[in-house]
This record gives sequence, C-alpha cells and structure tokens, in this order.
Amino acid sequence: MKAYDIVIIGGGPAGLAAAAAAKRSGIDSILILERDRELGGILNQCIHNGFGLHTFKEELTGPEYASRFIDQVEELGIEYKLNTMVMDISPNKVVTAMNREEGLYEIQAKAIVLAMGCRERSRGALNIPGYRPAGIYSAGTAQRLVNMEGFMPGRTCVILGSGDIGLIMARRMTFEGAKVKVVAELMPYSGGLKRNIVQCLDDYGIPLKLSHTVVDIKGKERLEGITLAQVDNKGKPIPGTEEFYECDTLLLSVGLIPENELSNGMGVAMNPITSGPIVNESLETNIEGVFACGNVLHVHDLVDFVSEEAAAAGRNAAAYVKDGAAANVKEVITLKGVDGVRYTVPSTINVDRMADQLIVRFRVGGVYKNCYVSTYFDDERVLRRKRPVVAPGEMEEVKLSKEQLLKYPDLKTITIKIEEA
Amino acid sequence: MEIKLTCIACPMGCPLSVEMDGDKVVSVTGNTCPRGKVYGEKEVTNPTRIVTSTVKVSGGESVMVSVKTKNDIPKGKIFDVVKALKDVEIPAPVKIGDIVIADVAGTGVDIVATKNVD
Amino acid sequence: MFDYDVIIIGAGVSGACSARELSRYNVKACVIEKEEDVCCGTSKANSAIVHAGYDAANGSLMAKLNVKGNEMMEAMSKELDFPFKRNGSLVVCLSEEDLPNLQKLYERGVANGVKDLKILNKEEVLAMEPNITDNVVAALYAPTAGIVCPFNMNIAYAENAYTNGVEFKFDTEVTDIQKIDGGWKLVTSKGDYTTKFVVNAAGVYADKFHNMVSDKKINITARRGDYCLMDKSAGKHVSKTIFALPGKFGKGILVTPTVHGNLLLGPTAIDIENKEGVNTTRPGLDEVISKAGMNVKNIPMRSVFTSFAGLRAHEDGHEFIIGEVEGAPGFVDCAGIESPGLTSAPAIGCMVADILNENMGLEPKADFVAERKGIVNPEHLSKEERIALIKEKPAYGNIICRCEMISEGEIIDAITRPLGAKSLDGVKRRTRAGMGRCQSGFCSPRTMEILSRELNMSMFDVTKAGGHSKIVVGTNKDVL
Repeated sequence: MKAYDIVIIGGGPAGLAAAAAAKRSGIDSILILERDRELGGILNQCIHNGFGLHTFKEELTGPEYASRFIDQVEELGIEYKLNTMVMDISPNKVVTAMNREEGLYEIQAKAIVLAMGCRERSRGALNIPGYRPAGIYSAGTAQRLVNMEGFMPGRTCVILGSGDIGLIMARRMTFEGAKVKVVAELMPYSGGLKRNIVQCLDDYGIPLKLSHTVVDIKGKERLEGITLAQVDNKGKPIPGTEEFYECDTLLLSVGLIPENELSNGMGVAMNPITSGPIVNESLETNIEGVFACGNVLHVHDLVDFVSEEAAAAGRNAAAYVKDGAAANVKEVITLKGVDGVRYTVPSTINVDRMADQLIVRFRVGGVYKNCYVSTYFDDERVLRRKRPVVAPGEMEEVKLSKEQLLKYPDLKTITIKIEEA
Repeated sequence: MEIKLTCIACPMGCPLSVEMDGDKVVSVTGNTCPRGKVYGEKEVTNPTRIVTSTVKVSGGESVMVSVKTKNDIPKGKIFDVVKALKDVEIPAPVKIGDIVIADVAGTGVDIVATKNVD
Repeated sequence: MFDYDVIIIGAGVSGACSARELSRYNVKACVIEKEEDVCCGTSKANSAIVHAGYDAANGSLMAKLNVKGNEMMEAMSKELDFPFKRNGSLVVCLSEEDLPNLQKLYERGVANGVKDLKILNKEEVLAMEPNITDNVVAALYAPTAGIVCPFNMNIAYAENAYTNGVEFKFDTEVTDIQKIDGGWKLVTSKGDYTTKFVVNAAGVYADKFHNMVSDKKINITARRGDYCLMDKSAGKHVSKTIFALPGKFGKGILVTPTVHGNLLLGPTAIDIENKEGVNTTRPGLDEVISKAGMNVKNIPMRSVFTSFAGLRAHEDGHEFIIGEVEGAPGFVDCAGIESPGLTSAPAIGCMVADILNENMGLEPKADFVAERKGIVNPEHLSKEERIALIKEKPAYGNIICRCEMISEGEIIDAITRPLGAKSLDGVKRRTRAGMGRCQSGFCSPRTMEILSRELNMSMFDVTKAGGHSKIVVGTNKDVL
C-alpha cells in the first residue's frame, strides 16, 4: 500500500491552500486527490471577478485566483492525481481511490484533510410541485455548461434563489444572449452579497422578487413556464398572488450542502446546522488527524476565507504529523452561538494548541440591523462590535487571541450572540 | 442632492451616500475604505464595470477560455464589448493575461484571457 | 402477408413481459411504443413494491396473478438479472376498532394463497421495526412481500425479448386500429402495420384501443400518485414496506425502502382527466408528507431530494382485463393493469403468451435464450474483480455520477447494449447515474458528452427524455 504523511481529499481552493501550507510547514509527503480533470475546483467555472481582494489585494476572476494556488502547488512540487475518485476512507485513514489508470487502490495516510467542497440543493429538496421537464438546472450546472463548454441551456430564464451563484448567473445569461425575466427569493432578504444584487441584477434591470417562490412548473418535455407566488412569513404561498412567467429555463440557486458522504462513511461527527464536521481550534474532527476546511466544513461566501481557513488546516495537519496528537489534552473550551448566531466554527478550543490568533466564523439566522456582535467568556462580555447590518448571506467572524484566553484559565464556554444596540 | 449607492468595490457592500452639487461630487460617506470613495465618485459621474465572458479556443484541452476587460470600461459600453467577443476564436495554448482583443469596442481597454488552456 | 404475427402496443412492464414470454416461440412480433424508451409510463413511477397478495378480492384475476407474480419474482430476478429483495411488509393498524379489518385482510390473504402471513401485536411490531409509530395497535406481517427496481425489471424483460427476436419501435404512436381480413391494421405516426394479433398493453390508454374494436366499452381513469424520494441516509429508517391499514384514518401512505437503499413515501390517489398529467401538486406532496408520519415516526423529511408522480390505469371494474376481446378475434386486452400490476407482470406475461399460443398454436423456439445479464454493478464485485474489470476496461475506473458512484463504463454499457439508452433519463433508469442526491447537477454535462460520443449525435440533440426535451439550445452569444 502507498503511504503519505498527508492526503488531501479535493484539489479545489481549500485543498490547494491546505497542501501549500502543509508543505511550507515542513511536510514533503503530500498527495492531493482530485476527481475532476483539472485542479481548481469550482473556481474554474466562476469566471466573474471579485476574488482575491483579501488574499492578493487585487481583484481576480475565479480561474486566475485558482491559478495562483495551482502555481504554488506546482512550484512546491506537491504531488496530485486528477480524475481520481475517493471511494472510501477508513477510520484508520486508509483512503481507497479509483481512476482509469491505477484502478482501485489504497493509500495509508498519517493525516487527512477533507476538502471536498459542497454541492447545490436540487429542485427536489425544495419539493417544488409540477412537471419534470428538461430546462431546469441548478445554477452551477448552467454555469458549467455556459462558462466551460460554451452551451446555452436556454433563451428565456427565471432564477429561483438569490444566492450568489444565482445572481452571477443572471448576469452571465444576459451577457450570452438570454433574457432573464426575474429572480425570485423565498426569504424576505437575499442570500447573496449586496454587490452582486447591484452589479448582476440592478445593472441590467432584472427584478428581484423577495418572499416569492415557484409554485408550479409547466411543460412536459421542455419547460414552458413557471408560476411564482408570494409567500407569507412562514414561507407558505399566498393564494391569489400567483403569476405565470413564460420561460424555457429555470435556474435554481437555493443553497449549498457540504459534500460529506466520505466523512460520514469514516465516522466523522457532524454538525446538523452546517451539515459539516464538528471541529476544534485546529479544524480537526472527532477523528484524530482528520482535518476539514472550506465548503465541506461550512459553506463560505468568499474564497479568500476558504484559503485562509484551509491554510490553517494544512498547518495543523503538518503539526499533527510532526508532533502527534495533542498530549495532555486539558479541558477544552466550548463555543456556542445563541440569540441569532446559528453556529460557530470551531466548536471547541484547546488553548494549548491554538495559534496566537483564532478566527471564529459563524452565520446569523436572520437580518439584524444596528446590532452588536457580542462575545461572552462564561458570563462576562469581553468583546462587542457594532454592526450596521448582519444577514444570513454573509459570514461573520470574531477574532480571539491566545493571550486573552490565557487570562481566563477556568473558562468553560465562549458564547457569541447578537445583541440590540 | 444626495445619491444612495451600495458599494461594489469589495464584498462588504458598504451603503454609500454621495452628496452632489449639480454634476460635481461634494462628498462620499458610508465607505469603509478609499476604494469605496473612488467607487462612489465614479458611479455618479462615469460608472464603469469589469466585464467577464468567454471566447472559443481551437486545438486546446478546453473548448472555451474565460476572458475579462483588463480594466473597467464605461457601463454603457458593456454590450458593445460583449458583442465584440461573438465569434472570436483563438488558438491554444492560451496563457492568463494574453491579449485576446486589443482596445475592445473602442474603449481603449484590452480583453485578456483569465485561464491557461494548453 | 402480414407485417407481424403479433404487435404489442406499449413497452411498459406488461408489454415487455408479454413480449418476453412470447419470444419463447417462433413468432414475428413487434412492440410499438409512443415514447423514446421502454418503461416511460405507469411502469416508471410507482411504489416499486412486490405485493404479497392479500389486497385483491378472493377469486379475482388480480389475486391470482399477484400471488403467482410474487412467487415468480425471485427466479425471474435471477434469470434476467434485475434487483429484487424480499424485505417483507407490515400493514399497520392504529386503532382497536380497525382490528377486524386487519383480521379480514389476513383471512383474505390466506384465501388468496399468500404464505406465512401473521398478525403481530404492538410489541412484536416495534421489535421488528422500531420506527413504527408508538400508536400502533397491531400489524399484518407478510414476509413474502418485496421490493424491486421497476426500471430494470421492465428493461430486463424488454432486452431479453429483443435478444430473442422481438422488434421494438419507439417514438411510434398508434392512432387507429382497423379490422382487416384475418387480422388488424395499426395506423401509427410512422406508417401502417398489419398483424394477425394485437396485444393491447397501453396502460392508461388501453381503453382507447379497446374501444376502437369493441362495443363493450371499458373506461380507464388515470389515478395519479404523488411520491417523495429520500436520500440514502434515510434508507434504513425502516427495513420493511410499511402500509397503512385502510380504515378510520383513510387510506394512508406507504413508507418503504427501495431496492437501491433510498426511502420512498407515497402515493396519493387522485383521479385526473389528463392522461399525461404526471405533474405533482402542492396538496399532493403535502398529503404524502403529512400522512407518512402517521405510521412511521421521525421520518427525516430534510432528506427528501426529489418528488414525482405516476398514473395508475384504473379501470372502472377494478380488475385486470386480460384476454381476447369478445367480437374482436385476435385482439387481446392487457388492460386495467393497476396495482398490483408490477408484481403480477411476470404472470401477466405468461398469461398473455398462453392466450396467443392457444390461438396460434406456436412452436417453441429452439434457440431461446432465457438468461440476460444486466449492466455490471461494481458494488457487487470483489475488490480484485473490480481491479480486473478496470484493467480490462478503464472506463469502469472513471466515476461520472459522484452521488451514486456510477462509472463511465456502466454508462457506455447502458447506451450500447440492446435497446440501449438514448437520453439522460434512459441512462438514469438503467444505471442510476443522476438519480442521487445532487439530481444530476454534476454528471449531466458529462453524461451528455458520453451520449453524444457513443451515439454519434450532436450535443444539441441530446435530450432528457426524448421528444422536445433538449438540454442545450445553442452556443454562447449565438443570438447576440
């Protein structure tokens, strides 16, 4: 059986950044396994600009951003396998992979970084009634068809869901000659970035209908139209508000789900809110030496933060390979999100193992205006940051320093919450 | 006169307020960084955008390559730029930064490749 | 001269089973199907249950063929290589006052010849299926009930019929049937065909064809059933098929694992006018979700990843109509095949073939091939076998559908085998590629490429399910 110090599952932005950081931390035996035909993951089809402001201080397109990391991986001489599917990972870190050339084979890893990314929620997950014709695509599938293969999925288009991919695709379809009639969003707020509403919808006069959903799908062979209706505050369609839109294409941008089938298979404990692994300060799962980062851990809005998080996972995996498991694990601090904060990543902190600074990322459950993001150490409020608005579509963060935590030796729980200003 | 905008210079999406005197910008407020000020001033006088799209590639590992305007172009020229990309086909290999069309649609801005295609 | 000895209208499971059993004889037969593939109507959207046989009335044809079909299913699944599992079923009784109905069901089952039926008390039920509702009072346990892959069963029968010489014409709609001397003329969208015998296995349209040749009219209503299908993570929620006992709380919704490890909830029963009306509706789906919870607790509804609707061919008399039509010699009905039609299909096929044989005095085919091998399922191979397979055919090492882990090799096989897939849905029904949790988001562009390559067709001609169901309509900027 082949053996590597670190095996990284996925060669997208998370896997690439984790690999580069692990290598720079002194580990030479690293293997990236990628199922697609090239490195870079979903960034290859995200041809719009807006990536990298945080990481590179310049505005790049997805493929450009990916190429920066691919170049690093190449320059660092990190080994990778393309067109290779990981079929299974055992709890003792034997990775079973498959490709055309090598068939089915096993690799023993000392540490594993899970970086499989996420997939899109389908029409069925929303249980939209109606026929099941051709012409209904997830926004990402349409994005791949148009941006990488040059095919138009349709001519007149309605988009359900105002997640970033949906907004971006509204502009893309418009540029390529399609008519985008409307973007409908079930929630009373958009799930995407504000800038994308401005530059993808407003710029082209595409209406955004909040609190609306698709209630019927017409067309037996190819889509002929959809019916939109307004929804009440419980998300139930309001009778009498139905409006028919003739269209041959419906794009769905209704949420992303971390792709954790492999993690589940090996017994990684999951957070039901994020649908990703529960991790500690080292981004390590409940299985020692198995780390997670990027969209498989929790869905991000910005790839810059994926890279940052993944680099930390890579460094931590390297430290695990060099130093072994944390000796003498003293009581860990539990992190909790309450009062509007849906979850936190990580879920626990072992102060001994944390870096000088730890970024805790989280999402809120609704739109809060003029609020405070407050951090409590047990019952004491230690941090408070004023925010004009926080929304579920935009990931938030709180920075904790080791120095500060060391001042609270008996600390049991850190709570992050939204408070009224 | 005051114009309300959402800054698109970065993902923060700051709410901007641009105070105008006729067609002159008096002040920009609400921005968190200098880029926001620049955006606010430009957006009310000469709004511009980066345009990203695709062109065909022949003889490469992919059939399409992604492209962008190297700098921002006037918003009113977006569709002229997009139309100028119709039927454009370039031979592989393509490197990031290769000029696909120089001075696209009379904007003075080049269209450059944003992906390597071997 | 007749074009054919027998024309079977419809390539659903009844038509395919009839064709396969008929192909044991030296006979020139053809199956005519209006859709682009086999298994496109009632046969593709149902509960995929192999019923034990206690539902149908004593002495009915339904009861007889149900029990016989159930008995045949295991052997046929081996002979023709399609997935089948005898997982057993429970009919759940939720109130003391309905207990007599449960007893009646038991007695009817025994009278119908169903083996090993047993009434279980609450404790026995919960020990067997811990996720049954705590409100359960008792249940009828039928260990002979099972689950089957309806697509691959239908496809397997059709493929084997084809291998044994039966022709298939797809995208061919029969528009009229005329009596001619010694037989029949079928007017179709692709021309006229003459035949000595006709088998009317047209599902929800069987009444239309019957009524063309007979004054004794039949009436088939399309009875829609809405279903929700759940991710494999929910597939072990129950191990047996859980039916509700019709009674105090209405007819109820079944909860069952599928033979592929998903969890299926459904169906509703809504009579509709439109015989193409396979659209789900909000009230229908809501009913499925609310009623499924009556018999099974804690169903993880978040795991629903698709919903669909199928149409049962409900004849007014609620009985299978199989036999030569009075006053229409050579015209054999196979009509009113609603539940338990899928279970009964192997027996229906035998019955139809017997009727034709009696009328025609057919000769057995000397070189009849009884066995059919399905598409290889790598999950059933040992590691060594799989490595050997990939070495021989590297396409089996290239995963296309990430959710169901379906390789390019399986997809190529699905396209290139007899009566192969021509569309994304055709590939999906044969291999499960695109049937997983992402619902073909990742794999559809790649499956399209494979279809385009293997069938030498343009990407613009690749369809979801034939006809006008094109996936891509042009190229970037082509209309700018």
